[in-house]
Amino acid sequence: MDKEIKAVANEFHTPTKAIVRKKIKFSSILTYTVLGIWAAVNIFPLYWMFTFSLKSNKEIFGDNIIGLPKEWLFSNYKNALTKGNMALYMLNSAIVTGITIILTLIIASMATYALTRLVWKGRKTVNNIIMLGLTIPIHAAILPVYLILDKLKMLNSYQALIIPYTAFGLAMSIMICNGFIVNIPKELDEAACIDGCSVYGIFFRIILPLMKPALSTVAIFTFLSCWNELMFANILIDDAKYRTISVGIQTLSGTHTTEWGPIGAALVIATFPTLILYSFMSTKIQKSLTAGAVKG
Amino acid sequence: MKSVRQNKLAAILFILPASLLFFTIIIMPIFMSGYYSFLGWDGINQPTFIGIGNYIELFTSQVAGFPKSLLNALILAFLSVFIQLPLSLGLALLLSRGVKGEKFFVAVFFMPVLISTVVIGQLWLKIYNPEYGIVNVALNSLGLEKYTRTWLGEQDTALIAVFIPIIWQYVGYHMLLMYAGIKSIPTEIREAAKVEGATEGQIDRYIIIPMLKPIIRVCVIFAVTGSLKAFDLIYVLTRGGPAKATEVPSTLMVSMIFDRNRYGFGSAIAIMIIALCFFFALAIKRAFGTEED
Repeated sequence: MDKEIKAVANEFHTPTKAIVRKKIKFSSILTYTVLGIWAAVNIFPLYWMFTFSLKSNKEIFGDNIIGLPKEWLFSNYKNALTKGNMALYMLNSAIVTGITIILTLIIASMATYALTRLVWKGRKTVNNIIMLGLTIPIHAAILPVYLILDKLKMLNSYQALIIPYTAFGLAMSIMICNGFIVNIPKELDEAACIDGCSVYGIFFRIILPLMKPALSTVAIFTFLSCWNELMFANILIDDAKYRTISVGIQTLSGTHTTEWGPIGAALVIATFPTLILYSFMSTKIQKSLTAGAVKG
Repeated sequence: MKSVRQNKLAAILFILPASLLFFTIIIMPIFMSGYYSFLGWDGINQPTFIGIGNYIELFTSQVAGFPKSLLNALILAFLSVFIQLPLSLGLALLLSRGVKGEKFFVAVFFMPVLISTVVIGQLWLKIYNPEYGIVNVALNSLGLEKYTRTWLGEQDTALIAVFIPIIWQYVGYHMLLMYAGIKSIPTEIREAAKVEGATEGQIDRYIIIPMLKPIIRVCVIFAVTGSLKAFDLIYVLTRGGPAKATEVPSTLMVSMIFDRNRYGFGSAIAIMIIALCFFFALAIKRAFGTEED
């Protein structure tokens, strides 16, 4: 043992090794510098948002631009939630997002089951058409969707957003579920069938419970795209009663141009659910958002 | 089992909700947009069929501004491919060499992707604010007053000022895709190269990057089609202004349809966006060659 250590130590002292070591040290310093700078560039806007959400205009505009707040003004949050209506917008976003997630999970898992486990004419075609939906930019459908919802007298309601959000999330959700269900052995269905399970029983008792990981991926993906969506929320909803958080922030910043504190508070409020979720399950969220690209 | 699998009623019940939604909210609207694009229609009066009139106006009218908006989108696409992606690739390569706090860095770099574009847009509005924004305050305190500007309000700086946050936001997304790709390359390959005396740089250049080609292709497609569809951040920051300096096809489409009631012309823009996305996706696939498939 001792001999070995000595040998290693000796080797370290030979000049060539020392140079190599210095080089490695230099390059790793460089690596951490680059990574550190980029991390700072990513964290700084958030740090700034948190701090100015607690400051008075006086601090934001001169006294203390980037430091921690000297006086913690929680009244900014109160203002944003009550006067700025953020509480209502949050609730609206929560309702729209929640229902969209539930509908997407049900509809996408059902469709996946029909597309992969049941045998019927035209299922390949239907699958291909749905997969085409992955490449279609949703913006391109905005006018017809607006006109259809207008005809159905559904503008300015929660459905006005829930229906398009569910439809536009379907292609991706079905693709994620498809990729997962192929790994569930068909023998399980057969065994259940022999034990007397019906086609519905197989879906509810075998497939659905086993699909949980895929469904949580879909739920995360749907949550983020609904919570953050702007264009549809802006166009399909006019009535402040149903306004969601992203449009709400826009309204607030339009009316509070000279008061940054409450706007900062509103931004923090809107971001908070996402960041909480992210701090608990960062890897899962990263995978959910990049799931679409793996096959793309 | 066979009879269970071929249960027609079950198949219909399971696929119906999805296909109904998909048909009414996606397929039908695309065809409706296609039809509207041949109409002169303000949404109030009877529409008139004008053939390809809208498309001619699209490419010839300087007033309507589609060529300018398309040029802006292409500049964004160019910057995404040649600045954003190399940056992402560089970060992914550095991270996958095995640094301390790998997970932390990945988590931090990915964060902007999750945050609502409205929030990011509002933050950057404040960063660029001419009087109190961090950019100008920093320039002032460094004694560079002559460089301070109304970043989003001046013709020659608005475009780049809008593009910076767009590019910044998605670096982490591409980084993660590439990072996951690098991680899936067996470590034996890297070690074998090291034993042969290859430096880290050589390993990246001659082994990792070539093996990453399929993922880079996906990233290029996403970056280009994403640029053609860009909307949120531009809408929040400038709404296409000042004087159309930052207009892109999506913002132009929305303002044509919902501000100026030009339903036919707006639909023609919508169709062009779809067509361009498909065209570029195919062209990029072709450009990367098919040898790896």
